[in-house]
Amino acid sequence: MGLGPYLFLAILEGLVQASVLTVTAVGLSLVFGVMRVVNVAHGEFFMLGAVFAWFLSSLFPDNPALGFVVALIVAPTLVGIIAYLADRLILKRLSYDPEATIVATIGLLYILQQAALIFFGPDAKAVEPPFYWRIRFPWFGYDGYKLVIIAAAIVLMLGVWFLMRRTKIGLVMRATQLDRETARAFGIDVDSVSATVFAFGGMLAAIAAVLVVPIQQAHYLMGLEPLLLSFIVVIIGGLGSLPGTVVAAILIGLSDGILSVFFSPTLAKMVSTLLVALVLVIRPNGLFGKAER
Amino acid sequence: MTPAIARRNFILLVVVLVALFLLQFVVPDYYVLTITRIMTLAVFAIGYNMLLGYIGLMSLGHAMFFAAGLYGAGLLTYHFGIAVPLAFLGGLITALLLALVIGFLSLRTQRVSFMIVTLMFSQVGFLMTLYFADATGGQDGLKLPHAARSFQLVGLTFDLTNEIVRFNLAFGLLLVALAISFFILVSRRGRIFAAIRENEGRTEMLGFNVFAAKLEAFLYSGAIAGAGGAAYGLLDGYVGSTFASIQYSIEVLLFTLLGGAGTLLGPLIGVALMTTMIDRLSEVTTAYLLVVGVVLIVIVLWFPKGILGTIRERWLPWLM
Repeated sequence: MGLGPYLFLAILEGLVQASVLTVTAVGLSLVFGVMRVVNVAHGEFFMLGAVFAWFLSSLFPDNPALGFVVALIVAPTLVGIIAYLADRLILKRLSYDPEATIVATIGLLYILQQAALIFFGPDAKAVEPPFYWRIRFPWFGYDGYKLVIIAAAIVLMLGVWFLMRRTKIGLVMRATQLDRETARAFGIDVDSVSATVFAFGGMLAAIAAVLVVPIQQAHYLMGLEPLLLSFIVVIIGGLGSLPGTVVAAILIGLSDGILSVFFSPTLAKMVSTLLVALVLVIRPNGLFGKAER
Repeated sequence: MTPAIARRNFILLVVVLVALFLLQFVVPDYYVLTITRIMTLAVFAIGYNMLLGYIGLMSLGHAMFFAAGLYGAGLLTYHFGIAVPLAFLGGLITALLLALVIGFLSLRTQRVSFMIVTLMFSQVGFLMTLYFADATGGQDGLKLPHAARSFQLVGLTFDLTNEIVRFNLAFGLLLVALAISFFILVSRRGRIFAAIRENEGRTEMLGFNVFAAKLEAFLYSGAIAGAGGAAYGLLDGYVGSTFASIQYSIEVLLFTLLGGAGTLLGPLIGVALMTTMIDRLSEVTTAYLLVVGVVLIVIVLWFPKGILGTIRERWLPWLM
């Protein structure tokens, strides 16, 4: 196999990574944009999505496709309910104070993670893909399900774009993001917008996890990596900027996928984390973000 | 800070320290080990409190300073056979230099950005301990050699396999860390730190160099945390990458918040309570970190000033 096909494989893998990362990071970005809350528990919503998907699909051992569909609907719904409750019971009481909510979501991270450990055990769980379909390229065979992930991510992002730009609820969210006080003055129930956005952000992470869990595995400690990657993406893309987040996710996902093929994944992560920390030091609003007022 | 208040706090500090010292003659061996660990971790938390409590900066990456001290000291004994006191000094200096670089960079950011930046730098440090596994032992860590289990100083031999020796060394370090905190608090620097915590803009307007003061606090904080790490590694005879992980950054935040950020003895109380709770719970379940999450949320919702902070607010306004 020459360099060309090798690079092609790396790009494909990178695109799959980028797709999952985009969906996850957009959830985090929405929450930060609209609520100004840095949700440290975002990775745990991802983890819960994966673990619920494993549990739900294990209820249908003979029919993985049906199990997958059930998981795709029920797992994000459950996560959305948990996130909604977390907002109502914890974040709202803190009046969304930026520092207090970080501490609170760190607490939430531990509670969700340890609860997953209690209820689902410490072992990694494999989930059957909904179908087996092998694409035969001239140089190598490739798992067709991975292409479905990419397609699903594109559809989801179009959906989010439509929701934010073309619907009433999107308008309300954008108004809240722009100016909370004025939005309230115009009769928008800002608190319930926040709860909805928090739930929606968590659901996006859960959907990403349901999509990726057939090619990864569900484990109660799996949340940290998507969390840190999403942080990186949201920072590079500009805090709270959705298009920036998508561009950055594709960039980071691709480069991480490609670099990991040629270098050690630890080194790739080390360098990218360091670079992002420096970006935040030098340009606190990210590369694509506008200066904050 | 009137001299009378300072004197009262000083007396309280002395009483607590004497009581702590006397514990080694009273409690069974097992608790001597536990209290040694608590005192060493308390040094880490006292360093953290310097930043969070006195100048009001919340770092989410202090494990990197703890780990810098730990590895700085541990690797010197492991790879170069450096004597324990010098290795401790090496760990301290490593943490101090790291604090200088990280402080210089991260103090350019504010509030939430500061938290994320420190978190990320610390994560880089953690990944480095894994990447350079040839030197650090990676996830498995390194058991320090037999030669590093004892040392001689001023004509005395200290045997680190003896738990009473370890207890008293940890006690000595805790005493020094608390003394440094106390003298900073009653000094002019301490008042500038407090002014920055209460109103950064006004302090700057009054002509104080806020960045320099923050960097100074950052250096104290990093160095004390590093000293805690160096002592932890040397006393325990083990260094490993767990100590550089996010969990340790979070736990030190939790210790400080629980005991009361900005109180002299809060970190010690927080560490003692939290380690006891975690130890008890780990006997019952593997999911013992649940208590970390629950306590964090309870603190942030109902108890934001922590134990000593609440006591100060309600009953003892003179408490430092």
